[in-house]
Amino acid sequence: MSSTTAASTTTTPARSGFSLSEYIVCLNGIVWREALRFLHQRERFVSALVRPLVWLFIFAAGFRQVLGISIIPPYETYILYEVYIAPGLMAMIQLFNGMQSSLSMVYDREMGNMRTLLVSPLPRGYLLFCKLLAGTAVSLLQVYAFLAIAWFWDIAPPPIGYLTVLPALVLSGLMLGALGMLISSGIKQLENFAGVMNFVIFPMFFASSALYPLWRVQEGSPMLYYVCQWNPFTHAVELIRFALYGKMNWVALAVVGGCTVVFMIGAILAYDPSRGLARRGPGGGEA
Amino acid sequence: MTATDRHIASPSAPDAAPGPGVAVQPALSIGNVSHSYGPRRALIDINFTVAPASFTALLGLNGAGKSTLFSLVTRLFGIQNGRISIFGHDISRTPGEALRLLGVVFQPRTLDLDLSLTQNLLYHAALHGISRREARLRSAEVLERIKLADRAGSKVRDLSGGQMRRLEIARALLHRPRLLLLDEATVGLDVKARADILDHVRQLVTEQGIGVLWATHLFDEIMPNDDLVVLHQGKMLAHGPVSRVVAEAGAQDVNTAFMRLTGAATLAGKPLS
Repeated sequence: MSSTTAASTTTTPARSGFSLSEYIVCLNGIVWREALRFLHQRERFVSALVRPLVWLFIFAAGFRQVLGISIIPPYETYILYEVYIAPGLMAMIQLFNGMQSSLSMVYDREMGNMRTLLVSPLPRGYLLFCKLLAGTAVSLLQVYAFLAIAWFWDIAPPPIGYLTVLPALVLSGLMLGALGMLISSGIKQLENFAGVMNFVIFPMFFASSALYPLWRVQEGSPMLYYVCQWNPFTHAVELIRFALYGKMNWVALAVVGGCTVVFMIGAILAYDPSRGLARRGPGGGEA
Repeated sequence: MTATDRHIASPSAPDAAPGPGVAVQPALSIGNVSHSYGPRRALIDINFTVAPASFTALLGLNGAGKSTLFSLVTRLFGIQNGRISIFGHDISRTPGEALRLLGVVFQPRTLDLDLSLTQNLLYHAALHGISRREARLRSAEVLERIKLADRAGSKVRDLSGGQMRRLEIARALLHRPRLLLLDEATVGLDVKARADILDHVRQLVTEQGIGVLWATHLFDEIMPNDDLVVLHQGKMLAHGPVSRVVAEAGAQDVNTAFMRLTGAATLAGKPLS
């Protein structure tokens, strides 16, 4: 080993800390890159829209006559089944987008792109938060595109609802994105992502109030009702549902906000080199 | 005078001008670093330094621990034992300061193939907090330097392997680091592309005073005046100027020295029957 101890040493100066503008530049860069990737993957945009539209046009049309919806908050009159499931489908777009983002993180990690992000000198927690915000921004584009098409299908919330639902969508998008990020930290290979579909997306979606009101679930199965109550996706759906009609569901807000914080902290810890990724071997590469 | 000697005696880093008797901080200092994957020990008590404005070759076969060492230096993995610092900044305690001074070219390609050359560079610049205007200037400059300015708007997937590597090196230098790590940067390239990239990196050492750690398993990439670190099965077998390592191994060239060192190490690692 070369010795440097014989004489005193100088240090090469490196600015400590980061300025606000550096943080903003970094955030802009990550959102910009995510948007570019999204634009380059047109099929991703189309499939993100087709999925909820199939539910709306086919599933809801078929079940309209079977499932009656009583007057429940936030609705003030009887509503069509299509109107009931629209917030659930908006949340579904975000659920899939959150998992898609985590898929892209696994892909990035396998392909090496993720390393570019992780060796940035900015704090890793901040980098992951930026990545999360970028994914949420993409999901907002998808949801509003869905709402635009759904308007022609008589899904017409009050005009102010398009605005009041935005903060709810941001919060639910962050929660689902953080969950996806947390899951991605535990996936070693891209192939394992199929398991996420079966064990995360489908159970979360079906065991929620997205497709049927909880009082109906309770009538059918009290046990499933409790599962739905514990499912954070249920609360994301209800938060969106109320916000779309200019109202607030405080319980849903508290649950979604709390879950966002918990999932985010979990993801940051999981991506912390001294706690999460550090414990694994090099992904498929040599030692 | 070797690079190791230089870094004790006469600093060549542009912004470090110590007085007499004051040594320059090593570009990279690896101190007593060990790392395990569960029960498997990937690195065992590694100690060496890389001087500023020097070219240090990290020579080892596949599985020697080179990539693990790179993952530790770049903070992709946490340090289990030992200490790593970049120009005196501890990678665990002050990672931001340390990573600012570091440029990395990983073994797997880390470019976004669907983005253009400029977009890849701008993204990297943003991750280092470099403003868009400054980033555009620097991108144009580095693309000019690596003779890819006319391809600035092309998608990266349309480049050859050698061009991609040059772009990755240019990207790693965009934030003007003082230490450059390259992990088997010439793997999969033809002879000419390999030679071009090596020449380019050596120029960075002499012209810009950048310290380089070049991981490789190819003997012909090592020059007599380089520093050499030999890594084998997670252990460091030798470190110093190439001439000294070769002489101490009682060999005529790096190839033979490596075979002797690793052969001896392998035998030493075998249980006695």
